[in-house]
Amino acid sequence: MAYAGPAEAELVPPAETEDEDLYHAKSWVTKYVFSQDAKVIAIQYAGTAIAIGMVALVLSWLMRLQLGFPDSFDFIEPSDYYQFITMHGMIMVIYLLTALFLGGFGNYLIPLMVGARDMVFPYINMLSYWIYLLAVLILVASFFVPGGPTGAGWTLYPPQAILQGTPGAEWGILLMLVSLALFIVGFTMGGLNYVTTVLQARTRGMTLMRLPLTVWGIFVATILALLAFPALFVGAVMMTLDQFLKTSFFMPAIVEMGEHLSYGGGSPILFQHLFWFFGHPEVYIVALPAFGIVSDLISVHARRNIFGYRMMVWALVAIGGLSFIVWAHHMYVSGMNPWFGFFFATTTLIIAVPTALKVYNWTLTLWKGNIRFTVPMLFAIAFIITFVNGGITGLFLGNVVVDVPLSDTMFVVAHFHMVMGVAPILVVFGAIYHWYPLITGRMYNEAMAQFHFWVTFIGAYMIFLPIHYLGFLGVPRRYFEIGETSFIPESAQDLNKFITIFALIVGFAQLVFLFNMVRSYFKGEKAEPNPWKANSLEWQTSEFPPGHGNFGDELPLVYRWAYAYGVPGADEDFVPQNLPPDQVSTGKGNG
Amino acid sequence: MNFFQQLKQKPWAAEQGAIDDLHEGGEFFLPTPQFGLRVFLGVATVLFTLFIVVYLERMGFPDWRPLHEPWVLWVNTAVLILSSVAFQWAWINADRGHNMDGVKNGLLAAGGFAFAFLAGQFWAWRQLVDLGYYAATNPANAFFYLLTAVHALHLFGGLVAWGRTTARVWHGFEAEKVCVSVGLCAVYWHFLLVVWLVLFGLLFFT
Repeated sequence: MAYAGPAEAELVPPAETEDEDLYHAKSWVTKYVFSQDAKVIAIQYAGTAIAIGMVALVLSWLMRLQLGFPDSFDFIEPSDYYQFITMHGMIMVIYLLTALFLGGFGNYLIPLMVGARDMVFPYINMLSYWIYLLAVLILVASFFVPGGPTGAGWTLYPPQAILQGTPGAEWGILLMLVSLALFIVGFTMGGLNYVTTVLQARTRGMTLMRLPLTVWGIFVATILALLAFPALFVGAVMMTLDQFLKTSFFMPAIVEMGEHLSYGGGSPILFQHLFWFFGHPEVYIVALPAFGIVSDLISVHARRNIFGYRMMVWALVAIGGLSFIVWAHHMYVSGMNPWFGFFFATTTLIIAVPTALKVYNWTLTLWKGNIRFTVPMLFAIAFIITFVNGGITGLFLGNVVVDVPLSDTMFVVAHFHMVMGVAPILVVFGAIYHWYPLITGRMYNEAMAQFHFWVTFIGAYMIFLPIHYLGFLGVPRRYFEIGETSFIPESAQDLNKFITIFALIVGFAQLVFLFNMVRSYFKGEKAEPNPWKANSLEWQTSEFPPGHGNFGDELPLVYRWAYAYGVPGADEDFVPQNLPPDQVSTGKGNG
Repeated sequence: MNFFQQLKQKPWAAEQGAIDDLHEGGEFFLPTPQFGLRVFLGVATVLFTLFIVVYLERMGFPDWRPLHEPWVLWVNTAVLILSSVAFQWAWINADRGHNMDGVKNGLLAAGGFAFAFLAGQFWAWRQLVDLGYYAATNPANAFFYLLTAVHALHLFGGLVAWGRTTARVWHGFEAEKVCVSVGLCAVYWHFLLVVWLVLFGLLFFT
């Protein structure tokens, strides 16, 4: 039986804690622009991330147009194609997903869910956003400098990243590295807030193990990011010096256009280690918040307590820890010692254990649940399916012998798009629909949302399932065009057309989503407070949507975990975390 | 209770619920500003550790030519130690609450020594450049400039905090708040001293 709270007689009033000093904005500018309110910062983060994400979406269209209809678009040169690939990847992984999950959802949900008035360091939190925005602007600026943005691939491997012949080897790469370094500085400021707020600013009764899994996911992901981003920072700073001051940290002796360069002795592999020491945890920086959020979506919309809460927390922590010892599985073809590869293959496969555990627990939560097929729930279920799909191809690629022939083929592209592209984005959509009434006070348009879901979900499979097959055929990734090859049948080109058409369709479906969001904000039906009948604190604020300071005069008192659904004897099928025990069962309900 | 022990709790069980209801919220194990600083120091430690790892890795390549560290680094090290000591002194005085002159003198000395350290580091750079140790000539040189610059930037950030704290002390203040600020700066200064000793050792012995 789920714990609903002690009997009244047993209840000991918890000690009072002092409310923190809250910064009160004095003008419109400090309230909505240079705001220190985490909710406003969250919207700023999310808006910026989605805006730059749209740029990356358009870039993916351009790439697909080239692949589907080679020779038809004169304005796409090979160098443009490399630039599209690079910018699409980097924007989606870092500037969209990382920023949206941690800066967007983290800022909005952490203070509300732990029962705090705001983040603990609001000023630093504000700086975090403005530095992020600056990083985005510098990234965008690289489209307009001589030579255009870098075309080195999102992994930015030296030596090619800073040699002539790679597009943007002069200005593009420099702006990219500076932008990344700034992003990391900005993120560190935000991350400091998320971790400290979760540990220090929880309200009375909110023990760590009473936190909703959303908070757990974001919390563990933030720790990963704080530990992993420095590796990218080190790599970015050193490559900047290699490019700008002609040092030889990563650059070996090399001939460029028939001319000996002054470089010598550096190790490109060293950069790869740094990059992937960041790059692999980055997968989980994106995945763990998605895991957390999806757990809550499933629990709320299936009206059941999450199955195996403790295991879910342990799995998050375990995946976080393991994610730091698998990075070299991205480098099996870099000429590493086979025993080294064996070690990393083993650790990689071990990660499947806690991950599978989470999938089982989500499925078991659904089992015999009172499932409501709301749009957030549809996205959550779609996530489980997609994540399993992408995870299983990960098991293939984690093995050295399977990875070597598949390396640098479209199979890899299909794998990582499924597991860390489509899957987390499905959660992003589910989460936006779920919390939309909380943020705006209005409901989204159901028909448009359903349309958006089905086109996105089915369309994503129409795009990425065939790409797996192209990978098996041996179609290489990152190629401007395949041309005529003996081992790739002509039908592969038909498949490429098919994929491109669906990429365009899915892309346009996102415009429906954006239209729905904007239109519903003005014309949507007014939402009642707590429309999903959820238990966690963000729905229990005195004002709806939550106002400045989140909670009214008093911070909430927490009596139970966030998963008390269907508690026997309770008046309703949900018992909010802050409902006093004497009000759980008044005898007038359906108990 | 430590973090990992808490992970064993069963929040759905009635017995655990009775215990959890007594949870008072608030601090985990340190006051929030101190805790936040520790988190930041953790990130900075990772950053410097990674630089050191990369240094050791790159050192193994045959083109590595160690450079002769200028003697002024010894003086700089002594100056940075003095800066840390002065901060500690300011903190002790702030903690006692009644000797504000001691706090002011401590802060001034700490800041003065810190600026002197930065000037000394810059001088060391100039010496090396004059001797022809350019960054592009050899990775050992490049690492010297890089590591000292990253450390100096951290110290420079610390000096911003030092400036705010000092201004607060001069413009009337609550002793308690000043003590927190001075304490945070002092911990950060000690951290940067340790980082410098490690980096100096690394540069000197390799």
